[in-house]
Amino acid sequence: MVAEIGPSNIEAAFLLEALKKGTRVDGRGIYDYRTLKISCGPTYGLAEVQLGQTRVLARVSCEVTRPFPDRPTEGIILFNTEFSSMAGFGLDSNRSSTQEVAISRMVERVIKQSRAIDAEALCILAGEKVWTVRIDVHFLDHGGNLIDAASIAAIAALRHFRRPDVTIDGEEAIIHDVRERNPVPLSIHHTPICVTFGFFGAAGDMLVLDPTLLEEQVQVSSFTITLNSHREICALNKAGGIPLSPDQIQRCTQVALAKVDEVNEKIQLAIKASS
Amino acid sequence: MASTKVVLPGDIIDTRREEDTTQQEPIVEDEATVIRLGPGLIQASEAVTAVTAGVLHSNSDTNRWWVAGNKRRYVAAVGEPVVGVVVARHGEGYRVDIGSAHDALLPLLAFEGATKRNKPNLAVGTVVYGRVVVANSVMDPEIECYNSNTGKSEGYGELSEGFMFKCSLGLARRLIDTKAPVLAALGSGVPFEVAVGVNGRVWVNAENVETTILVANAIRNSEYLDAKQCRQMVKELLEKQ
Repeated sequence: MVAEIGPSNIEAAFLLEALKKGTRVDGRGIYDYRTLKISCGPTYGLAEVQLGQTRVLARVSCEVTRPFPDRPTEGIILFNTEFSSMAGFGLDSNRSSTQEVAISRMVERVIKQSRAIDAEALCILAGEKVWTVRIDVHFLDHGGNLIDAASIAAIAALRHFRRPDVTIDGEEAIIHDVRERNPVPLSIHHTPICVTFGFFGAAGDMLVLDPTLLEEQVQVSSFTITLNSHREICALNKAGGIPLSPDQIQRCTQVALAKVDEVNEKIQLAIKASS
Repeated sequence: MASTKVVLPGDIIDTRREEDTTQQEPIVEDEATVIRLGPGLIQASEAVTAVTAGVLHSNSDTNRWWVAGNKRRYVAAVGEPVVGVVVARHGEGYRVDIGSAHDALLPLLAFEGATKRNKPNLAVGTVVYGRVVVANSVMDPEIECYNSNTGKSEGYGELSEGFMFKCSLGLARRLIDTKAPVLAALGSGVPFEVAVGVNGRVWVNAENVETTILVANAIRNSEYLDAKQCRQMVKELLEKQ
C-alpha cells in the first residue's frame, strides 16, 4: 500500500491563494456545505450519506442479550467503524491510522456519550434481557470531512431503525416477529449532528466549513462542534493544530447552529421519503 | 463497428476481420494483418484478451483494437502522458507518484537540455508532466519529461503555478481528444492552459484564480454530459462569473 502523501505544492499554494480572495477550489463559498444526499432504506436502519465525494453507509441492527451486571436496566449500544481500503490512498483495512481512530472515537462519543439513545427503553427484563443495538459505519469513499458524514449517517440510520415489538407476561418476554406485529422505533432523546471547520493561514484566521480532502491536508487546525436541534452543544473536538481564539469559536457556533437545522430537516425528509 | 460490444476482463476477443473469416486462407504475416492493441487489451499466447471492463472499439483501416472503460486506479502503459507529483529524490532520479500501484522513476537527465552539470532541481511536491517510457509487470514504471528522439520538451516538464485536480480515467481519456466538447466550449470563452494526464490528473492554469477554478469545475462537471449539455453548462458558468 502506498503511504499517504500530502498535496502537491501547487495545489496547496493555489488553495491558500484562492482562500485569501474568499473563494474555494471547488467554487463553494467559505460557509457552504457540499451537496448532502441522504437515502434511507430499503430495510430498517440502513442509511447512506453522500457529502460531495464522501460516501458513508450506516447500518443499525439489534439482538437480545444479557445486560452488564452493573447496569441491569440499560440496553447496550455498540459502535463499530470500517474503513474500506478502496475509499482512498493510505487507508489500509489491516491497521488503523491515528486519523481513523480519531474519527471513529469522535463519532462514537457523539452518539453514545451524548445519551442520544434512551438506553433504559432498551430493557426488556431487568438483569435478564436487554436489546443490544449495534451501529456499523462503513466509509466507502473519502472526499474529506468523514466525521460530519458519519454522524449524519449514524443518526439517520438510528432514527430510521425499527426493532421488533416485545410484550412482557410476568417473567416471560415475547418477541414478536416483524411480520406479526409492527416493529417499533427506538426512543431517541435528541439528534446530535457534527459540523466541522478547517482553519488556514499562519494564525488560523481563515476558516471554511466542511473541508474537502485537499483542504484537510492543508489546514493548520480543525474544529468540530456537535449540536442538536434544541440548540444544545453535545461535544466539542479540537485535536491538535494551532490555538483558536474565543471569537472564532463563537463564530463557528453561530454558523453551526444554522447548519444543524438544515441537516436535521434533510434527515427528516429522507426518513419520510423511505416510509 | 456496427454494434456495441461490452467486454469483461478475461474475455477472448475475436480480432479476425470479416473478410478473413469468410475466405479461409492462410493468414500472411505482413503489415496488413498486424493487429495493434490499445488500452485494455493484452496478447496472451495466441489469443487477445481483455483486461478491463468496457466497450470494445476497433478501427478497421489501421487494424487497431482498444477498450474504452472507466475506472479510478491508473495502470501505466508506454507512451501515455501522465501528470505526477515528485515524492522523493534519489541519486539518479526522482520518484514520482502517478497514481498507479508503484511510483514511477524520473531520471535526472530526462529533461530538455539536461546535462550532468546542468539539470533541473525539483523539490518534493513539484508537479511534472511526463510520458511513460517503461511500463511492465516486473519493473517500476519510468517516465521522461522530453522526447528522447528529438531532445525537445514538447510541452512536458515541470508544471508551476495553476491547479491540479483528479478525475476518473475515462474522463481524462476523453479530454485528451483535442475536440473534447468541454475544452472547446471553455476555450471560446476564456483563455487557459491545460495538461491532461491519462492517469486521471488534470492541471489547469488561467490568468487569475477565479478563472482557474471555473475551468477546473467545468471539466469536473462534464463527466456525464454530452456535447450540447457541456456547451450549456459552460455558458451558464461563464455568465455567472
